[in-house]
This record gives sequence, C-alpha cells and structure tokens, in this order.
Amino acid sequence: MSEPVLRLVGISKRFPGVLANDQVDFELAPGEIHALLGENGAGKTTLMNVVYGLYEQDEGQIFINGEEVEIHDPNDALARGIGMVHQHFMLVPVMTVTENMMLGHETTHGPRLGPLSDLDQERVAEEIKALGVQHGLPIDPEAYVQDLSVGEQQRVEIVKALYRGAEVLILDEPTAVLTPQEAEDLFAVMRSLIAEGKSIIFITHKLKEVLAIADRITVLRDGKVVGTAEPAQTSEEELATMMVGREVILQVEKGPAEPGEAVLEVQNLNVQNLREQSVVRGVSFSVRAGEILGIAGVQGNGQAELVEALTGLAPVEGGHVFMNGQETTHLRPRAITEMGVAHVPEDRHRHGLVLTYPLDENLVLQTYYLPPFAKRSFLQPKEVRENAKRLIQEYDIRTPSIGTHASSLSGGNQQKVIVARELSRDIRLLIANQPTRGLDVGSIEFIHTRIIEERDEGVGVLLVSSELDEILSLSDRIAVLYAGEILAVMPAREATKERLGLLMAGVREAPNSIAAD
Amino acid sequence: MGRGKLAAVDTVFFTGLLFLALVKATPIAFGAMAGLMSERSGVINIAIEGMMLMGAMMAFLGSVFFNDLTGGALPKIASLLAGLVVAMFFSAMVALLHALLSIHYKVDQIISGTVINLLAVGVTNFVANAFIDPNRIAGVGVLPVISIPILSEIPFIGRIFFSHQPLVYVMLIMVAVLQYALFKTPWGLRTRAVGEHPLAADTVGINVNRRRYINVTLGGALAGLGGAFLVLESVGRFQKLMTTGRGFIALAALIFGKWTSVGALGSALLFGFAEALGVRLQLGDVNELQALALLAGIGIIALAGVWSVLKLIRRGEDKRPSRTIGVLAIVGLATIAAALLIEWPSIEIPIQFLGLLPFIATVLVLAGFVGRAIPPAAIGKPYEKA
Repeated sequence: MSEPVLRLVGISKRFPGVLANDQVDFELAPGEIHALLGENGAGKTTLMNVVYGLYEQDEGQIFINGEEVEIHDPNDALARGIGMVHQHFMLVPVMTVTENMMLGHETTHGPRLGPLSDLDQERVAEEIKALGVQHGLPIDPEAYVQDLSVGEQQRVEIVKALYRGAEVLILDEPTAVLTPQEAEDLFAVMRSLIAEGKSIIFITHKLKEVLAIADRITVLRDGKVVGTAEPAQTSEEELATMMVGREVILQVEKGPAEPGEAVLEVQNLNVQNLREQSVVRGVSFSVRAGEILGIAGVQGNGQAELVEALTGLAPVEGGHVFMNGQETTHLRPRAITEMGVAHVPEDRHRHGLVLTYPLDENLVLQTYYLPPFAKRSFLQPKEVRENAKRLIQEYDIRTPSIGTHASSLSGGNQQKVIVARELSRDIRLLIANQPTRGLDVGSIEFIHTRIIEERDEGVGVLLVSSELDEILSLSDRIAVLYAGEILAVMPAREATKERLGLLMAGVREAPNSIAAD
Repeated sequence: MGRGKLAAVDTVFFTGLLFLALVKATPIAFGAMAGLMSERSGVINIAIEGMMLMGAMMAFLGSVFFNDLTGGALPKIASLLAGLVVAMFFSAMVALLHALLSIHYKVDQIISGTVINLLAVGVTNFVANAFIDPNRIAGVGVLPVISIPILSEIPFIGRIFFSHQPLVYVMLIMVAVLQYALFKTPWGLRTRAVGEHPLAADTVGINVNRRRYINVTLGGALAGLGGAFLVLESVGRFQKLMTTGRGFIALAALIFGKWTSVGALGSALLFGFAEALGVRLQLGDVNELQALALLAGIGIIALAGVWSVLKLIRRGEDKRPSRTIGVLAIVGLATIAAALLIEWPSIEIPIQFLGLLPFIATVLVLAGFVGRAIPPAAIGKPYEKA
C-alpha cells in the first residue's frame, strides 16, 4: 500500500475539563474518501481543527506524505495542501465570491505597494471561474456571498480550498445543510475529485451517507478511536453500536394516530424578520389533537420565525392563529403558555434555559408564579426542589445535584431539562423545533419516545426539523416549508425522501399529481 | 436697514461659509477616519475624543519643546511639524492602550473607550494646570496657509478648496487613500474580513488580533492629527478640553457615513457646515433669520436632489420621482423665495444657541436621516477561537 498522504499518531487535545481527543491515530490513503464518524462531541471536528492548524495538539505527531510536520496555524496547513470546508461556512457574507477567494493570499497588480497594492479582481475571477467549471462546481465570482443559497456557498467553499491548492480536503458535516438531491450532487463532486487524485476526509454522523460514499470509516467516541471499518464489511447497526457504545434502536416504534379536534389552526400567516423581510408568507395549516405534523425544510426557510410567531415571541404581520378554537394571534408568550402550549425551542441556550440558573429554577420557568411554587408572591423553594427531584428521576436527567447550573450540563441533559419542564405541565399542543439537534443517539431515542407518548395521550404536536429522517420517522402528516411558503402537505405514508427532497429544494408539484393523491 | 443686511447674504457670505465648513470638518474627518480604521477591524472606538485631546496637547508641547531645544535655529515650521509627529505618536500610544485593553484583556470596548476618555481629560487637565498655565507657555504659532497655484484662482472653488493650511489637504488626501485602500487593496480586504467574520479570516491564515492592533494604533495616529489641527492650524496653543466633543461628533459622522471615509467626510462636512454657520452668524453682519431661512431652503432642495439621485442609482427601486420629492422641491423653492423677498425682523439669537448648532445637527442626523447603517458584524466582540 502506498504512503498515506496524512497520518496522525497519538493526537491528544485537552480543553479545560475535557479531553477532546485521546491518543487518536488516523490514516488517509491517497485517493480515498475516509469518513470520520461519531456523535456530536465525539471529537471529530476538534481532531480536524488540529490538522488544519486552528488548534495545536497537546500530544502526538502529524505526518504528511511520510514527513513529520508541525502545523501551528492554518497557513501551515494550507501551504502543505490541506484544505477544510467547515460546517459553518468561513465566508464573509458582505463580500463577493472573488474577494472571499483572495482573502489571505491576495493577487495584486500595478505598482508594488505591499499591503496597499491594487487587488487584481478580474484575474482571480477568471481563475476561479475556470477552476469551478473544471471541477463541476459552477460559481459566479461577482455574486455577494450573502445572496447565495447554502448549497452555492458550499460550492464556493470547496472551490476556495482547491484554489488554495488543497490536495487533502476535509469536509465537516457537509450534508447537514443540503437537501437529499444536493447531497447526491456533492457526492458526485467528491467522487470526481478523488478521480483527479485528491483525498477527502468526510466528517459526519449520518450512517447512511457513510455507507454510500466512504472507502473507509473510522469511528470516534468520547475522543477515542473505536475502530476502522470498510463499508462492505459493516452495517448501519454495527456502526451505530460503535458510535454509541451500546445497541440502539434506530427505528421509532409507534402505532397509528387517532386524530381528534384541531388544537392549532394557522390561517394565512405572515411574519417578517428583523430586517423587515417577509420570511413566512401566507402559511396555513392545522394540527389536530393526537397527531404529529412534521414541518420539513432546509434550515433558514422561515421555520424559526414561524415558531416564534406561533409562540408569541415575534410579532405577526398578518393572518390568524387559533389554539383550541380561541384566537391567539397577538397574545403574549405567557398567555399562550397558559393555554396549554409547550415549546421546545430551537436554540436551547438562548431560548430554552437560563444557563446561569440552577436546574431546579430552570424547571419552573413558566410556573414559578403559580401555586404550589409561589404563595402570596413568595417563591416556595421547597416545592421547587421537590418538583426538580421528581422530574430528574422521571426524565433521567444526569446531573450532579439539583442546584447545578444549567450551563454545566451536557447538551443532551440540557435538552431533557427543557423537555421535562414543557411536558410536565398540562398541555394540549407541543411545538418542538429541532428537538434533537446536536444530541447523542441515546438522548434522541428518549426524546422521540416522549414525543410519541404525548401524541398518544391526545396532545397535538408540531414538529419542526431539518433532519429528514426525524420528520419521516415521527410524523403522521408532513408539510414542506420552502422560502416561507408551505409547498405541500401530505400524509406521512405518501412521503418519500425523494419527494420531500424536491419540495425542499423549491420544486413545486404539478397540480394534477396532487389531485391524483 | 433690513435691505442693507440683505445685501450681505451674497456670494462672499457663501464662499466664506463653505471655506469655514471645510476647515471645521477637518478635525471631525480625522477623528472619523481613526474610528473607521478601528471599527472596520472590529474594535469599537469611542475613545477618539480622548485620543484627539491627547494629540492636541502633545502637538502643543511637542512643538514648544522642539522650538526650545533648537533654540530658534530652525524655522518655526520645523517645530510645528515636530509637534505633528509627537501628536501622532502619543495619540497612537493612547490607541494602543485601547487596543491592549479591548483585544488582549478583552475588556468591554465601550468601558475601555470611556476609561480612556476620562484618563485623557485627567492627564491633559493636570498637565495644563500644573505646567502649561502656571508657566504661561506660549505656542509657536500656526501652520501657514498654502495656496495652490492656479487652482486657488478659480472663482468660488479656489477660495473654498485650494487656499488652506496643510492639514486640510492632508485630510482630503487621507480620505481618498483610505476609501481606495479599504475596498481595493489586500490591507482593506483583510481589515474588512477581520471586522465581519474573524474566524473566517483566521481559517485563511490571517492573524486577527495583530490586524486589529495595527489598525487601532494607526487610527490613533490619525486622531492625533485631528487633535493637532486644533492647536497647530486653529488656536495656536493648548486649552483645556479644547476638543469639545469633536471626537464624539466624529463617531456620529462615521456612523452616518456608513463606515466609509468618503461618507464620513460628507457627514463631517455637514457638521462642519453647521458649526461654521454658528460661527459665521455670530459675527452679526447678516440677518440671522434670513440666512437661516435661505439655508433651510437650499437644504431642502439639496435633500430632494440627493434623494432622487439615490432613487436613480439604487437597484430595484421605482425610478420615477415620487410625490414627496416634488413637494420637497416646491417647499424648498418657496422657502428661498420667502427668504429673499420678506423683510426679516432682526432678532438677536443668543451666541450660545448658535454654538449648539453642530450638536443639534448631530441629534437630527442620528435620529432621522441615518436609515439603517449596518455596522461591521463582529464589532465589539473580542476574538476567541470557538
């Protein structure tokens, strides 16, 4: 076997209180796609940030083409042909594609004035355009990054890495922001890059993708390498077990829904974002008691604003919202909460918890002013603690004590705190926005089970998620949100990944195909 | 009597007013450019006032000491230039302190700026009370007017633009250089990237904090020129608190100018104009009400003009002049006509009120006309790797 292009030996990286990478060994052969698989927090991105020079390892060595190298900053990595496409794109939104490409090693012309020379935008624009065409990644050099879709931005990122001369390309969760079809296109690009002799490290936590594209798979868990496998000799179940450390059930078990009266009725809802752009446009749908309506869509298509408007956190521009038959369009969040609405927000740090409060107080954020937690305007700390003890047990929240600050809990346990608080009230409607984002498989399993249980008890559930698997496995009906509009609503049994994927990309269905349903 | 005063509001009045507006805009524009360099790289700079004040005092002390050291052997202008260099150096050091506090120690940048402003007031007052005033130190003088040959002969324009003391020209050149540099050179590209998305800049190998240190410090040198202007081109000596809020007006000019140096110059001219008007009317040789009415009319027409130009060049807007613009133009014309035709009673406007004009202009501009100026996205946030 030929010399690996990249070899990591015994890499360890510590952060205060965390050992993010523990003696990691890793090899990348030339011309291979090597998947780095693991749950969130397993240390995949940290390891790659070490390779890319954003972090320096505490221990261990890096070899490139057999030669030991020291990588102190991204310049060192770039100079040695390592390029990285980060999960959150490293593009400046207010600059053009060309400016983003040049940034850090600018091409200039005219008088040599050092940092005050004249940028040669035309030449670079030509170069990157040609580079894009050559690799099947068409880009518009003059476009401003903020005007591009996420898929286009990703193309820009890949071309940027190639423009900087990358031979080894690290892709960090590249499919997280793509529709299934866009992901297929990306895989095609990856294969053609391999054919040209590049090597790719593909970071992901999605089992299906790994099996579809990777030549080899290395699994990380808690910062350690659990093992390396080849797709032909392994299975989703085996990989999941390696990732989590125990057997997991990948399929959610649920019986048929028994929908009742509508608990949420949305009519022609319009919402604007802070920049006064219409981001939810004429949306209508209903959620009945005892059913789960899943809202599918690529992130950033109005989901956040829709949920904020429904829960009273953002003003409604037009249209009506009814809950249990009562109009709630312009009610404040507390009034909506008191009508029996539970909200699991998208961003658990900003909207879900008060991070600097202890656990027990976080568990009564909507009920602290009501008996038994308050009597004659005074908090009853004993009741608050009793409540916390009960919920910690019932929801299996792993915490050192009930007085622990929410900020010190792991992501999965923070999410369980929110779910416990929301579901422990007497509710008729549950609005869950990305309820399992960034969680480990075990916590996902738990939260999914709880959502189904609520449904079976007659609660209406509005589930917003950009994870198609989550939508497909939980929902009874599925709506697709694209650019602030609902393009289609269908029973879950009629939904396929392909059909949803097309809708998520904005491809409207011909009217006759809907009539045929 | 009223007719006699009317005659004074003529071309001489206007060229004088615009000349003075450019002079008054100069320290504000220098301050705004200091803010531009700092804020475009992501560091909020409300310490411009303090840097200018320090620059003013050091320009004075620098020129005086240099003059003493050389014992008058060199021409006066050498001492004045030495004062300039000293002012730039010390203001840059004050800026470096701001950079150190906000970049290295990650102090809240507003707090750091406030502390520096207070510090500068304290230090300069102390030096003035303990040293300059008791010793009755006299200044070396002011920089000479340089009339640019031929250009200064052009009617109106020549008088307004080409017959100034050197720092006014330096300011105009710096505005052009910075505008070009910010958008067309590697320095500008990196500066903007660091201010918008520092992590992205880091991933392509740019040293974010070093870039910020350099920008904040160099910006401080520009603020020093603004302070030096007050001593070396205007008053001729240092007075306590002589910046009188110009650093803050510079900040307003920066924001109003949407974080570009040309835009900042435009708004500095507006403030300079308001200040010049205050000064000019204090002379008492024109009817204040008439002059104000005339200027209000011209201002309204100018607003209508700028608005319709903006409509023409902006993408995706209706190109036809709107009814509002038409109404504005008519109101403007009517105001001018009224200013010229009506016999205005002469009322004494208190001098203090006229001195307030630039600040009233600041408030109006910030409250009403700025629109949504979008600051650099990463402004005010110390850079830490995720």
